[in-house]
Amino acid sequence: MQVRVENVRKEFDTFPALHDVSLDIRSGELIALLGPSGSGKTTLLRLIAGLEQPTIGKIFFGDDDASERSIRERNVGFVFQHYALFRHMTVADNIGFGLKVRPSATRPPAEEIRRRASTLLDLVQLSGLEKRYPAQLSGGQRQRVALARAMAIEPKVLLLDEPFGALDAQVRRELRRWLREIHDATGHTTVFVTHDQEEALELADRVVVMSQGRIEQVGTADEVYDQPNSPFVYGFIGDSSSLPVKVEDGQVWLTDRPIGLAAPDAPAGPATLFFRPHDVELLDECAGCLAGTVASSRRVAGTKRVELEIGGHRERVEIELPVDHPAAQKSRIAFRPRKWKVFPSAAE
Amino acid sequence: MTTASAQAGWRFRKPSVIPGFGLTLGFSLVYLTLIILIPLSGLAWRSASLGWIDFWAIATDRRTVNALKISFGTALAAALINVVFGTIVAWVLVRYPFPGRRIVDAMVDLPFALPTAVAGIALTSLYAPKGWVGSLLAPLGMKIAYTPAGIVVALVFIGLPFVVRTVQPIIEEIDKEVEEAAATLGATRWQTITRVLFPGLAPAIVTGFALAFARGVGEYGSVIFIAGNLPNVSEIAPLLIVIRLEEFNYPAATAIAAIMLVISFAMLLVINLLQAWSRKRYG
Repeated sequence: MQVRVENVRKEFDTFPALHDVSLDIRSGELIALLGPSGSGKTTLLRLIAGLEQPTIGKIFFGDDDASERSIRERNVGFVFQHYALFRHMTVADNIGFGLKVRPSATRPPAEEIRRRASTLLDLVQLSGLEKRYPAQLSGGQRQRVALARAMAIEPKVLLLDEPFGALDAQVRRELRRWLREIHDATGHTTVFVTHDQEEALELADRVVVMSQGRIEQVGTADEVYDQPNSPFVYGFIGDSSSLPVKVEDGQVWLTDRPIGLAAPDAPAGPATLFFRPHDVELLDECAGCLAGTVASSRRVAGTKRVELEIGGHRERVEIELPVDHPAAQKSRIAFRPRKWKVFPSAAE
Repeated sequence: MTTASAQAGWRFRKPSVIPGFGLTLGFSLVYLTLIILIPLSGLAWRSASLGWIDFWAIATDRRTVNALKISFGTALAAALINVVFGTIVAWVLVRYPFPGRRIVDAMVDLPFALPTAVAGIALTSLYAPKGWVGSLLAPLGMKIAYTPAGIVVALVFIGLPFVVRTVQPIIEEIDKEVEEAAATLGATRWQTITRVLFPGLAPAIVTGFALAFARGVGEYGSVIFIAGNLPNVSEIAPLLIVIRLEEFNYPAATAIAAIMLVISFAMLLVINLLQAWSRKRYG
């Protein structure tokens, strides 16, 4: 089921949580809403589910205007961060709940409901736990039950609100891979909210980066990582270093000298230079490059990360060096970013 | 698995990181002994001095049996009424912000604070055939004051806060997400209440019921004013005990008291077991 969000604005009292958001979700797609807290990602998800009503704007499921429909009629599967399982029901009853509450005309017979619950438990790899109560399950198992429960109603769209947020790192990684497999097997159009970029980049077909109630960029993991289209996305996705610069004559200048980066399309004036700390080229001598003295150095996994003080204002930037690089405190290092981008300062 | 945890529950608790187990347990035992156990064993002792035949004669006396029936019957009816309306009151107080909510919330506690005799007199004057409410009901042929119905009214008044105050915190704890989950799964509001919310509230409702019931069985002050106190019709067991005491018939008084004690204890025990069972099940 294709989902279209059209110019949606949502205000809580008078506080705007979403400003004029539009988004097309393709049928069968696994899409991530990624952003820091307060970016409006959960609000957007709840609007799609019908748990909130938009102040302005419409949401379409296919050609059907879902804004007109109540949450019950929308037929969405929603998975909550804290599972929201029914404590007094067994696992099987939890999963079968959505079928049992159907009007008798469309309700499958009890035997069929039981069988469906059991099939879904196989799918989420919890076979044999039908008779357990949620209190007897681990966090990861509970979230799987919650997902099975959401899928039992054969939803048009599957919506997951920080589904792995309350789980520890190892279980998260495992469930992430497993969710991808389930998605590939069932083909539900799936939207999930996360603040974990690793999760979003690894899992989703497309990532929607959100900030302060707006969509900053929509794209594949490669697109948002390699071609960030705003300072926010550059800073939010992956590691980045930034430096205040200015653009003049199609060149990037650090205070009074060019640093050997040509930016013919950038508008002249003050700007911010972004680059990835690991994507730099070390230079021996410096005629038109960035150079600074080492302020601090730390070991991060397979590399060494140093903080350099650059220029008269002693701006600090981080770059990555090979572990065996002889850089010591106060030593001088010259480099030039391989991939970089300047954004005019006004844009920030 | 459940049997294993039940066995663990019976094992004597080992001293843990939280100190003071010995001290607090000792204090609790001494305190319970002084306040509850000694008076109760005194009661048992006095009624035991009667001998079985006399005891049985008192226990099966028509007036005693009727008094006990009225006491437990009206307390049961009042507790059931309170469970329904107390739960609704608690729900309204938690869920809906309305002007004056704080005041209504405070009013719920009034039956706790009001001297029971005052409540009894006030209710009697309301429900008496010439009172505000009674005069409205009289043409319909309904008589509340001076009948068992009057006792129920008084016990409903006395018991209401017990139900409201035990159910209220549990309603406050209900996770909104659970309701939302039920709605996304296609449940109607009514299905959400009956299948999702109510089972979660049931243990608290049972507790409230037990408290209101226990209070109702023991209630004296408010009831004697409204009941009319006709032997075999609207005479409650506590009043019969007082009557026996005034006749200096101490063995009969203690015997009736002992019977009440046994019945109350048995009922509360059953309710407690019910709760322990549901707690184990729902975690």
